[in-house]
Amino acid sequence: MRHLIIGYSVAAISAIKSIREFDKASEIVVLTDETSVYSRPLISYFLAGQVMKNKLSFIPKDFEEEMKITVRWNTAAKKIDSKKKTVSTADNEIIKYDRLLICTGGVPIKLPIDGYFEDISGIFTFVKLGEVEKLIKYIEKNKIKECVILGAGLIGMKAAEGLLARKIKIRIVEMADRLLANTFDKTASALLEEKLKESGSEFLKETTIKKIISKAKKLEALELSSGKTIKTRLLIMAVGVRPDIELCKGTGVAVNRGIVVNTKMETNIPGIYAAGDVAEGREFLSGENAVIAIWPVAARQGGVAGANMAGKITEYDGMFPMNSVTILGVPSISFGLTNPKTADYQILLSSEGGRYKKIVIKEDRIVGVVLVNAIERAGIFGLLIKQKLDVSALKKQLLLDDFGFLVLPRDFRKHFVTGEGTEV
Amino acid sequence: MKKIVIREEYCLGCRLCEVHCATAHSKSKNIIKTFKSAQGRPLSALVFEEQGYTTFALQCRHCKDAPCIESCLTSAMYKDKHGTVLHDTEKCVGCWMCIMACPFGVIKPDLKEKKVGSKCDFCTGREKPACVEHCPNHAIILKEYR
Repeated sequence: MRHLIIGYSVAAISAIKSIREFDKASEIVVLTDETSVYSRPLISYFLAGQVMKNKLSFIPKDFEEEMKITVRWNTAAKKIDSKKKTVSTADNEIIKYDRLLICTGGVPIKLPIDGYFEDISGIFTFVKLGEVEKLIKYIEKNKIKECVILGAGLIGMKAAEGLLARKIKIRIVEMADRLLANTFDKTASALLEEKLKESGSEFLKETTIKKIISKAKKLEALELSSGKTIKTRLLIMAVGVRPDIELCKGTGVAVNRGIVVNTKMETNIPGIYAAGDVAEGREFLSGENAVIAIWPVAARQGGVAGANMAGKITEYDGMFPMNSVTILGVPSISFGLTNPKTADYQILLSSEGGRYKKIVIKEDRIVGVVLVNAIERAGIFGLLIKQKLDVSALKKQLLLDDFGFLVLPRDFRKHFVTGEGTEV
Repeated sequence: MKKIVIREEYCLGCRLCEVHCATAHSKSKNIIKTFKSAQGRPLSALVFEEQGYTTFALQCRHCKDAPCIESCLTSAMYKDKHGTVLHDTEKCVGCWMCIMACPFGVIKPDLKEKKVGSKCDFCTGREKPACVEHCPNHAIILKEYR
């Protein structure tokens, strides 16, 4: 039997470990268009010069031998034939599979901005290592001292962090009225905006780029929706990523925004699985399928997919969005639904000395949390969301700095601290 | 394997576990030197909780499927062959994914150094974890599992 895996990042690595737990013998082949394994979230640290290229890997050097896998580097998968159970590569090689795992991740979204062409030098995305290496070369060659980042989401802010570490002044252009708009509210954003200002950077909110102005294929300036034209030689396109579902076209694999999978991480076609940023699996809070493009979700989904591929039936119980971001020395962690749009949520807030905590509650259960400059013991909130603990009796304590296991109901904490299972 | 079990009903709230934990993880291994050093009070690798008269010390549960390992971007968080969850400061970049993932909230960030500041290592190398050894009322005990 042959397990074929397309893509070689965290979902794939987890899947491989999981397959090998239950199946020591089957062949495992990996196709990747990359030339090395690297931890994608580390590219901002790489840009900042804080992590060297040889430290970007998150697997042991002998992983391939230990797991007995064949990795085909620089080999892009081009087409899946689900009837014949084959995958063809960019070089028209045809590889058979018995079980297929698609973990191709996400690709940067490129907005159709007037004047934008792929070949203009000075415009970069910020998702893959190869692109960041080109970016570093460009910065060094052109002695870049300033830049514009389009998008103040996670990718934009991570790019900002890396660029600021290189003493590059940034201007962030964002459609929303705040930074990290998916999770942050204005109060949380203000804490970061203050730091940005201190660094000599600028945040242009409720603004978009109307036109990209270039000369001889070189970026020169940007025309903004505000009517202003700003000169720049570097633009980072950080408007987000979308699942890389190109391969699924015409295969019969059901796709929505991402590849739709069931709780076994299997697609509508038996034997074909998907995991990670490309997959649309169960979202814990809504119970519906959604793409949650974060590392821990990819790791968990990959592990579940791998087990099922190896014949060990394993269910994915769903996760919710969460993230940890440190920008300009300001650490923040968020969970779940943080900006509810309807009035049937209760919101607890505390803001003191630059420490901000926001807890979103629905029907006495926590469904969302934002912590800025106050991340200690953050994971307990994740547990409370997952366990749907009734917090009606402890609302007062949730925001206090001594919040911990002791404020939780005795039975609940006893179960978790001294119960069986993952616990002691 | 052996695991640390905490029994809050026996905890006196003396915080000796915290003192001895910090000492055991200090350079000097000497209480006075540890607490009177120029760097100030060190972090212990356990979390001491207190609400009124109820107290207990919580340390890493060394989970079987550890969420901190799953979330770690650099594989700085790892499990050794005994099942102890350990942390490699060399690899750590301080992304705080582990702080986000740990359901017990027992990993402490060192925000200045941008590295995990302290985390229970089961006192690897010692015969008995320091918190267990020095608890005067057996509120922290070692128990054999499986």
